[in-house]
Amino acid sequence: QKVSVEVLDHLEHLALVDFRDSEGVERLQKAIQFADQLHEVNTDGVEPMDSVLEDRWCLYLRDDDVTEGNCTKELMENAREKVEEYFVAPPGNIPLPKLEERETFLQGS
Amino acid sequence: LAPWIPVVGLEIHAQISSNSKLFSGSQVQFAAPPNSLVSFFDASLPGTLPVLNRRCVEAAVMTGLALNCSINKKSLFDRKHYFYADLPAGYQITQQRVPIAVNGSLSYSLCIDNKMSQMVTKTVRIKQIQLEQDSGKSLHDDTRSQTLVDLNRAGVGLMEVVMEPDMCCGEEAAAAVRELQLILQTLGSSQAIMAEGQLRVDANVSVHHPGEPYGVRTEVKNINSIRFLAKAIDYEIQRQIEELENGGTILNETRAFDSKLGFTVPMRDKEGKQDYRFMPEPNLPPLILYDTKSLPANMNHQQVINIDWIHERLPELPSVKREKLVEQYGILPEHSFTLLNEDGLAEFFESVVKQTQMKPKKVIGWILNDLLSYLKQHSLTVKESPVSTFLLADLLNLLENKEISSTAAKQVLAELWKGEGKTPLEIVKEQKLELLQDQKELEQICQAVIDGQENEVIIMVLG
Repeated sequence: QKVSVEVLDHLEHLALVDFRDSEGVERLQKAIQFADQLHEVNTDGVEPMDSVLEDRWCLYLRDDDVTEGNCTKELMENAREKVEEYFVAPPGNIPLPKLEERETFLQGS
Repeated sequence: LAPWIPVVGLEIHAQISSNSKLFSGSQVQFAAPPNSLVSFFDASLPGTLPVLNRRCVEAAVMTGLALNCSINKKSLFDRKHYFYADLPAGYQITQQRVPIAVNGSLSYSLCIDNKMSQMVTKTVRIKQIQLEQDSGKSLHDDTRSQTLVDLNRAGVGLMEVVMEPDMCCGEEAAAAVRELQLILQTLGSSQAIMAEGQLRVDANVSVHHPGEPYGVRTEVKNINSIRFLAKAIDYEIQRQIEELENGGTILNETRAFDSKLGFTVPMRDKEGKQDYRFMPEPNLPPLILYDTKSLPANMNHQQVINIDWIHERLPELPSVKREKLVEQYGILPEHSFTLLNEDGLAEFFESVVKQTQMKPKKVIGWILNDLLSYLKQHSLTVKESPVSTFLLADLLNLLENKEISSTAAKQVLAELWKGEGKTPLEIVKEQKLELLQDQKELEQICQAVIDGQENEVIIMVLG
């Protein structure tokens, strides 16, 4: 069962990945096949496991104290562009062009 | 033309009132220098992990209990993925599979026909309450074609309260939200100030004919006040009806309310249906809550949240307080609503009642008509009132003891507003407003009047 071009295109939009070439797509196919082996196990009536610790450990709860923050200078060191201690981003999400308009390997598929 | 039934549901995000954020120890504060309240986790730097804030869980449990919800003893955290500049991780940690509270209800009241004389009680079902992270803030700079991002708000704890589509119009939605706001403020779980973004409401609106399935719904966002909420919903209902009656269709889209223009417009940046690729948050095991029965014996009590313990300590909710006021003081239900609607007014009323012999049923008139309208005219809160409970009670006592007339009392009150520190008695003496009780004195005055109007008296006696 091959993954359709529509699904590949959808994935490229959602995750902003680029399958680049047939090798990339083939690798994806193999990964899906590998994961599909999970379906061989009958899990009817079995609750999905959320944590290997099951019911033994509840989540650690922190006290409501202020213990961090106040490190604007350090954080700004990661900014490619900044304006008065604000991070600068493009005006909105730049939409990925439609399949027909992209230079992607998927066009030929 | 067949009648239309509008259907309104609400998704309300309330910012949790806590010192630090939901999963990190940076401070929660409105209006601080940009990016000063941001930890490495909030900025989504690699290698950081979420650590759940106990206070946020307690706030959600309190709210769930106050809204008659079932509290899920085991709830789970999930990742909701989408790209936006103010969401540095590329996902929001929320509770999509199993939220902390489900299946509750909220009762609220409306005046029928805009008269304050008849109130009707309605109920809206609460589908669920979930804990989730707030995003940062984007400031759009269209002139320079850029967005400025401040992550101070990123990671602040939110309670999302989902109300089922049991409402039919803007008025009902506004009343429901107002009641929720009062409950949250009474609990202290959220300060719920809409103007500061602590309470954000999105409305889901659709219309259909009776007997037919629900219509396509639109989501209305960007509503900044309860007044605009009602306007936005009513506008959207009208827009949909007109569109459908003209043979058009309704798109399942997100629309923003433009308060200046008074209508909803499609929002940019929302292309088609979003696929959020929900997945369990791998860094957080399930959240387990206990009650008195299931409380583990040998656990550090800092790590344990007991639902029953929280339930026992819930403060008196607005609906209960209103009933008590009506029962104790014999005032009307509508009065109790107004008393609770203004911060501090109920306490002011009760304090005056304690200090005066005047019956509460009469005192309430002075509180709601005279005091409240004055405060409103001058945009003052009850706390800022230049007339204290002591002064007002003093005045009402003069009236009750028939030392002054009702008209005189209003005059004294007008003088008291000036806040010059005079007592009611001093003002009465100054302006000579005392009621005359002395029979002889009254006779003298009447006689003087009659003597001065001899001709008119003769005409009256003869005719």
